[in-house]
Amino acid sequence: MIKLLRFLKPFKIHLAASFILVVIRALAELYLPSLSADMVNIGIINGDIGYIKLIGLRMLLITATGICAFILAGYLSSRAAAGLARHLRQEVFAHVESFSLREFDRFGTASLVNRTTNDITHLQNFVIFALRMMVMAPILTVGCLILAYVRDAMLTLILVAVTPILFAAIKLIIGKGLPLFRTLQSRLDRLNLIVREGLMGVRVIRAFNRDAYENKRFKEANFEYASLGLRVNRIMGAMTPLITLIMNLTIIAIVWFGGIRIDNGLVNVGDLLALIQYAMQVMFSFIAISRIFLIIPRATASAWRINEIFDTIPEIKDPPQQGREQPIGNLEGYIEFRNVTFSYPEAENPVLRNISFRAVPGETTAIIGSTGSGKSTLVHLMLRLYDVSSGSITVDGVDIRQLPLQTLRRIIGFVPQRTLLFSGTVRDNICYGREDASEKDIVRAARVAQIAGFVAEMDNGYDSAIAQEGKNVSGGQKQRLAIARALLKKVPIYIFDDSFSALDYATEARLRTALLREMADSAIFIISQRASTVRNADRIIVLDEGRIAGMGNHAELMSACHVYREIVASQQAGGETA
Amino acid sequence: MNKKYDQGDSPRQAMHGRVGRGRMFMATPPQKAKNIKKTFLHLLHYLGPHSFPLLIVFAISICGTIFNILAPKILGSATTILFEGVMKRLGGLPAVIDFNRIGQILLLLVFIYLFSEAFSYLGQFIMAGVVQKIVFRMREETYAKLSHLPLKFFDGHTHGEILSRVINDMDLIGSTLDQSLTHLISAIVTVSGVLVMMLLISPIMTLVALVTLPLSYLVTAKIAGYSQKRFAEQQRVLGRLNGHIEETYGGHIIVKSFGNEDKAIRHFKKINDKLYDTNWRAQFVSGIIMPLLGFINNISYVLICIIGAVFVVQGKIVIGDLQAFIQYSKNFREPIVQFANIANIIQSTLAAAERVFELLDEEEERTDDEQSLVEFAPRGDISFQKVTFGYSAETTLMKDLDICIEAGQTVAVVGPTGAGKTTLVNLLMRFYEIDGGKITIDGVDIRHIERGTLRSLFGMVLQDTWLFQGTIRDNIAYGKEGATDEEIKRAAGAAHADHFIGTLPGGYNTILNEEASNISQGQKQLITIARAILADPAILILDEATSSVDTRTELLIQKAMARLMKGRTSFVIAHRLSTIRDADIILVMDEGAVVEKGTNSELLSLDGFYAALYQSRFDAGGSYHEAG
Repeated sequence: MIKLLRFLKPFKIHLAASFILVVIRALAELYLPSLSADMVNIGIINGDIGYIKLIGLRMLLITATGICAFILAGYLSSRAAAGLARHLRQEVFAHVESFSLREFDRFGTASLVNRTTNDITHLQNFVIFALRMMVMAPILTVGCLILAYVRDAMLTLILVAVTPILFAAIKLIIGKGLPLFRTLQSRLDRLNLIVREGLMGVRVIRAFNRDAYENKRFKEANFEYASLGLRVNRIMGAMTPLITLIMNLTIIAIVWFGGIRIDNGLVNVGDLLALIQYAMQVMFSFIAISRIFLIIPRATASAWRINEIFDTIPEIKDPPQQGREQPIGNLEGYIEFRNVTFSYPEAENPVLRNISFRAVPGETTAIIGSTGSGKSTLVHLMLRLYDVSSGSITVDGVDIRQLPLQTLRRIIGFVPQRTLLFSGTVRDNICYGREDASEKDIVRAARVAQIAGFVAEMDNGYDSAIAQEGKNVSGGQKQRLAIARALLKKVPIYIFDDSFSALDYATEARLRTALLREMADSAIFIISQRASTVRNADRIIVLDEGRIAGMGNHAELMSACHVYREIVASQQAGGETA
Repeated sequence: MNKKYDQGDSPRQAMHGRVGRGRMFMATPPQKAKNIKKTFLHLLHYLGPHSFPLLIVFAISICGTIFNILAPKILGSATTILFEGVMKRLGGLPAVIDFNRIGQILLLLVFIYLFSEAFSYLGQFIMAGVVQKIVFRMREETYAKLSHLPLKFFDGHTHGEILSRVINDMDLIGSTLDQSLTHLISAIVTVSGVLVMMLLISPIMTLVALVTLPLSYLVTAKIAGYSQKRFAEQQRVLGRLNGHIEETYGGHIIVKSFGNEDKAIRHFKKINDKLYDTNWRAQFVSGIIMPLLGFINNISYVLICIIGAVFVVQGKIVIGDLQAFIQYSKNFREPIVQFANIANIIQSTLAAAERVFELLDEEEERTDDEQSLVEFAPRGDISFQKVTFGYSAETTLMKDLDICIEAGQTVAVVGPTGAGKTTLVNLLMRFYEIDGGKITIDGVDIRHIERGTLRSLFGMVLQDTWLFQGTIRDNIAYGKEGATDEEIKRAAGAAHADHFIGTLPGGYNTILNEEASNISQGQKQLITIARAILADPAILILDEATSSVDTRTELLIQKAMARLMKGRTSFVIAHRLSTIRDADIILVMDEGAVVEKGTNSELLSLDGFYAALYQSRFDAGGSYHEAG
């Protein structure tokens, strides 16, 4: 947590001022009982009504000062805490954006979203709390003890003696309760999981007639959650009665011993009343402090999770200025893989081994193979979403690790396997890769991608809204929009990662014809599992368990590569023999 | 006597660990129940069985509160005795302070405090137990209810929505019953009791104490209203920010591959700055309510001190009463200020309860007839007779559809989008009721077969496989209760799944994680097939689509499916032409509706939708030849 406090630096003045203001407020709070004691000791006992009014006025002034200080402190601390949150969010977001897929996969999307939002909010709440209470409570406690000491040292001893008892009581209860909170959370998660699974699998559960079983599973989880919740509530519920009791007994003790001291003429009645008020202050400070125990673990966990992001250094970075190859005029799109081997972190076996091939502009390279064979990985390497473990990939003879990432990615038009659209208009989505595209270019890209007709039918044409994750368009439409998005970039290299899977056959055929016409000068990579999709490529690379099992055109592979024959045969069962 | 909780939580709530829930002033406007009375009565129905312990809790809470009300007055009388003694001495009289009397008073107080706090804890102890029982029961009823609801309900509500009712709404009901209810009671008793005590001490001072009350109320209402607006605005911006984050993180690969990180960061910064602005304002405004109230309290405190002191001097009241009065005025204001908040909490709770009760009142699936068949082992003849169906009255997907399938035959379901399969599953398994006609199995109307029995006749191997978090063994065994290890392994073997299971580190005991992302899509499908094999159904519904499955696994799946289909009536969502051509009946579906049916040659000669589809498949290969 301490590490993250560096983000508070810009707010040094805010913090210092807020600290001072809180101290002022605490002093004002502390001064009030003193004044009321004077009111009793001097005003009432002497029957001096003028003095009583004077003191009363003073009390009003003090309390006004206190409130002003506090509101100002609140203003400053709100700004500081919100500023911290803003800064942290910005840093975390920017840092996550610098992650390569490797780091990204390690956290997972949901976890990263949580860390960027909720965890930071927890920290913000903690800072506000700290600025308001954690400063105030100890000052009040110490201040009360000091002022009480000034009034009467002997009676203060009672307070001093009670303080550790209070502390121990709070610690005991929280010490018992806090670990249970964590278990409680995990049981709640389990309950959540069971309900979610039940909702997602409702058809299967009913098909297998397993409602009773699911209900039993839920009942067990529900019982575990409820019974632990009961225990936690009962433990934590003891806190307030216990603290109140201790303090009330303290007050009784103060009155008793105070009475004796009054009898001996050592203490005034007003002092006694002031002492009682100080005791109350101490008690409420303690209640506030006990909240720290509940908030700190949560804030610490959040801080830890945020730090984990900052501590993750992205492996894929731009090359240093001096190591960079000369600025590239126009990359033409000659790609070469030389002995490329790649392993995912902590994986035993490489996903790709000794991959070597060349692709030139104007040619189509198809990659076919089974799921684990590394097809997608291969194109991810081309985009430098991951770095090769050994070997090299070059574009126009330049190692891609020597190219600025932006340059590399600007020359590749990529249509990923899982289509992703962003919320915004159709136009925003198509222009994602080139914001300055002209209307003509946009329409042209849409036409080639076979989506122009659909867009024309939408209510607002190219300005129609696309919902988050493209939920308002079908899978096929999404794929075609993603293709249009890539096409608009007009680049020397295009990669289609299984991008036609949601299209019906007629559309796919039209699309492919249009694509090939449009991109005659580019190097094209098509990844597919369908033999029919790849058979006409200039070069087919057959991947099998990360190795190139064969390379060549359809005819060559049919005679030389048994893996390819196997794939074709398996699909011919439904294809040509039909 | 100057108690303040600047954070806004009352200590009890804070100690309760539900930090943030019991805020003094709810940041967001509470949702309101549509029918408060009905919901309230319904809720009472759940409290009913616990009325005895509840009564005890109320009684205890009232006793405890009364003790609390008496305590300051009694403590005050001790002070008075002290003070009077001192005054007499000052007046030169040889007075002895009556320590016997003070001792008695203080001893009495010790008992009162002990009882009061013991009662307070006891009440809470009992209440917590009652509440847990109520919430446990409600939650269970809700979940059990889910299994009686028709599929229509699940298709019409998002998972999040239902989940929120079973989990969050229930928690809110629990915490409100637990805290706000007793809080409310003790608040009412405190206010009335304290008012009486204050009046007894001094009506004039009581008036002074009450003077600032409207001011407190005004501040609370005004600022809380303003703060709720600020928070609503903050929520809006936060929603936008979250949307952007989710989208950007979710599309990380796109953002990266288009080199658009900077664009995303710029956009983020814009929303983030806006969030900062609304955020600190909301924080600040909500943060000043308590200090302002504290300030008003202090004004009142000072006024009471002054007037009280003057009264003591004039001999109208005794000093102990002043001390007690100051304490009372504090105790009095606190619950009054809290009423608004408790009212808000109760309102939201009623809204939550209403949502839960709505779910409990949802119409259930039609119950099975008494005469419904429970034992039924059909050969597998299926017929649709004049079946009419649509998800809503406006869209009829099938009208007077007749299909006749003999046991063991294969029905290929063909269509561009594959949207027909859900409808088929829905009708055959009676997840949805048909609007007209009937569906029979071996001549028996499926409405005359007990649902569980009917559904167990079918085996489903769909592409969107459903596996739950648990071991692979449990997932396969899901198909048959009490399956032995031997049977499970045999089923896995028949499904060609045993090999890959063997290579997993935990074998059959490998635990599939929440999204089952630790095995591949194809492997998931093999497990589903094994599950179906183990269940040994008479009729199958299969999905041939294997777009994200590798060729080798696909071969395995094909083999396993072929074995499974042997001798069983099968509906196949077909993608392979061989399957389609060899099928006994082809159903051509488009967007859920059956547009054509017949055999391959019949349909080709029709030269309609199917023929076009069939041609495009061949043309797809052809046109690519020329282009490439």
